[in-house]
Amino acid sequence: MATAETNGKGRLSSALSSRILMRTIKTLFSVLVTMLGLLLVTFVIGRVMPIDPVLSVVGESATRETYDAARAAMGLDKPIVVQFLIYIWDVMHGDFGNSLLTARPVAQDIARVFPATLELATLGTIFGVLLGVPLGVVAAVKRGTWIDQLARVVALVGYSMPIFWLGLMGLLLFYGVLGWVGGPGRVGIFYVDVVPPVTGMILIDSILDQNWTVLKNAISHIILPSSILGYYSLAYISRMTRSFMLEQLSAEYITTARVKGLPERTVIWRHAFRNIKVQLITVIALSYANLLEGSVLTEIIFSWPGIGSYITNALLSADMNAVLGGTVVVGLVFVLLNIFSELLYKFFDPRAAE
Amino acid sequence: MTQQSSTQTWRQWLTTDTPRSRRQARLASAYHGWLTLRSNTLAMVGLAILLALLLIAAFAPFLAPHDPLSQDLGARLLPLWTDGHPLGTDSLGRDILSRLIYGSRITLYIVTLVALIAPIAGLLVGTIAGYTGGIVDAVLMRITDIFLAFPRLVLALAFVAALGAGIENAVLAISLTAWPPYARIARAETLTIRRSDFISAVQLQGAGPLRIITRHIWPLCISSLIVRVTLDMAGVILAAAGLGFLGLGAQPPSPEWGAMISEGRKFILDFWWVAAMPGLAIFTVSLAFNLLGDGLRDVLDPKSGSS
Repeated sequence: MATAETNGKGRLSSALSSRILMRTIKTLFSVLVTMLGLLLVTFVIGRVMPIDPVLSVVGESATRETYDAARAAMGLDKPIVVQFLIYIWDVMHGDFGNSLLTARPVAQDIARVFPATLELATLGTIFGVLLGVPLGVVAAVKRGTWIDQLARVVALVGYSMPIFWLGLMGLLLFYGVLGWVGGPGRVGIFYVDVVPPVTGMILIDSILDQNWTVLKNAISHIILPSSILGYYSLAYISRMTRSFMLEQLSAEYITTARVKGLPERTVIWRHAFRNIKVQLITVIALSYANLLEGSVLTEIIFSWPGIGSYITNALLSADMNAVLGGTVVVGLVFVLLNIFSELLYKFFDPRAAE
Repeated sequence: MTQQSSTQTWRQWLTTDTPRSRRQARLASAYHGWLTLRSNTLAMVGLAILLALLLIAAFAPFLAPHDPLSQDLGARLLPLWTDGHPLGTDSLGRDILSRLIYGSRITLYIVTLVALIAPIAGLLVGTIAGYTGGIVDAVLMRITDIFLAFPRLVLALAFVAALGAGIENAVLAISLTAWPPYARIARAETLTIRRSDFISAVQLQGAGPLRIITRHIWPLCISSLIVRVTLDMAGVILAAAGLGFLGLGAQPPSPEWGAMISEGRKFILDFWWVAAMPGLAIFTVSLAFNLLGDGLRDVLDPKSGSS
C-alpha cells in the first residue's frame, strides 16, 4: 500500500481492486470448501445409518436378483467416491431424492415448508432487534445501575431457558388460560388454504389477497412463537450491543463530544451508536441464522409446518432423504448467512481485512 | 506444615508474597482465584446450585421418596403438594420429584461425557494444528471452520438419526458439534506459547514435540478451555434436553428431563405441572452453569472480563 500511494492514484485504485478481487476469490473458495464439507458430512451420515436403504425399498422378502437390481438402480454398487460425486451433482441440481413419507421430491417439500420457517424466524429477529438493541444501549449507558443488572438477568435467563419449554408454558398461559392468542398452527382450522399461496408466507399472502380476517387470525397465531424466538435472540443481541457500546463510550471522541456540550442523546445515538452499526449488523445476521435453527423445537411445540417440523417428522419415520435434504438446506442458509456477515464486516471495516 | 501452623495461619501461608515452593505458589494462585470468585455473588449461587445437583445425584436413592420407575395408575396425574408426592405424579402415576432427582444423574452423565470428549478432541486438533503449522494447520483449521459453520442442533439431529436414538449417541452427536470452538481456542493459545522463550529453552534441552505439547503447552491451554467448557455446558444441557424432548436422547422410561417434558406435553392444558417441573429443573441447572461460567471468566481470563 505504501508504494502504491507514492506512485499515484491509478496504481492505488488498481492495487485496491486487485486486493478486493483476491479477497472475493478467497471468500468464494472458502464458501465452496465449506459447502463441500457440509455435503461430505451429510453423505457420510447417509452411509453410516444402520438401515439398509435397498431393503427399505424392495422389502424383506425380495429375491437376490430384485435386491441387486434395486441396488444397481439406486447407484449403490458404484465406488464410494463416484457415489459422492453423483450426490454432489444431484444436490447441485436441487435433487434430494424422494421423501418416503410424502412420496414427493424432497426439494418440493422443502420449498413448500421453508417460507413458514422464514416467516417465523424473520419476525423473531425483528422482535429481537427492536427490543434487544435499545436494551443493550441503555444497559451500556447506565452501566452498573439496576437497569444494567436487569438487562443482564434478562439475557442470562434467555441463554439458560429451554426454548421448547418456554413455548409450552407460553402456550399454556396465553392460549390455555388467558385465551389471548391463537393456538398451535399458522392459522385457525377454518382459515387453512383460504388465501392463495403466493410467497408461502401467510402474513404476506393474506395482505396480497386483502383478506384481513385471515391476516388477523394469522397474526394471533404467529405472535407467541415469534416473540419467544425473539426473546432468544434478544438475549444475544442485547449483550453484544452492550459490549460494543461500552467500547465506544470509553473512547476519547465521546469525551470530546461531551466536552463540546452536545446533548447526551446526540452523543449516544449520533456518535457512539453510529460506530457500532456494522458490528451490530453482523451480530444480527448471525442471530438470524441461529433462529432458523432454533426454530426447530419451537415449530414442534406450535405445530408450525416449517422445516424444523419437516425434519423431525421425517426423522421419526426414518425418512433419511428428507432428513438429509432438510439438513443440507438449513446448513446452506446457515453458511451463507455466516459468510454474508463476515463479508459485510470486512467490507465496512477495512481493519478487519487483515 | 506443622511448623508453619504454629507461627502462621493457613491464610497467611496462602497469601504470602514470597512462596517457598512451587506447590505453595500454585496453591496461592488458586486461593487468590477462589477469593475473586467468592466475591462474585452470582457465580457463588451458580456454584452452590451445581454442588447441590452433585449431591442430589450422588444420594438419589436416599433423597427420592419413591422409586422413579414404579407406576401406580390409581394415583396418576396427582396435583402439586399431594401427600407423599410434593410435585405430583405423571400420567403413569410415577412420582415427579423422584424422577427429577434420578434425572439429575442422567443430566450429569451427559454433561460430564461431553465436557470430557469435546474439549479433549478440540485440544488435540488445536495444539497439533498450532504447533505443526503449514499444511497440517491449514487442513485441520479448514475442517474446524466447516464444522463451526454448521447449524449445531440440526447436525446433531441428523447424527442421531443415523446412529439411532439413545443417550450415548446423543452425547456423541453433541460432542461432534461442540469441539470446533475448543480447537480454535487451543490453536490460538498454542500459537502464542510456541514462540515464547521458555519453549525455546525446553527445545534446546532436547525435548521433542510430543513432550513440549503434552507437558508445556497443554497445561497452559487448560484455563481458557475450562471457562469455555463451563459456559458451553448450559448449551449442552439445553441440546441434550432438546434431543430428549424429540425422543432422540434417553429412551423411556428413563427419567430424563427433556423426555419428561415431552411426556407432560400431552396433558399440558389440564395437568401443567407434569411438563413444568422438569423444565424448571433444566432451567435452574443451565442458569447455574451460565452464572458460574461468567464468574470463572473473570477469574481465569481477566483479559475478556465481563466489563
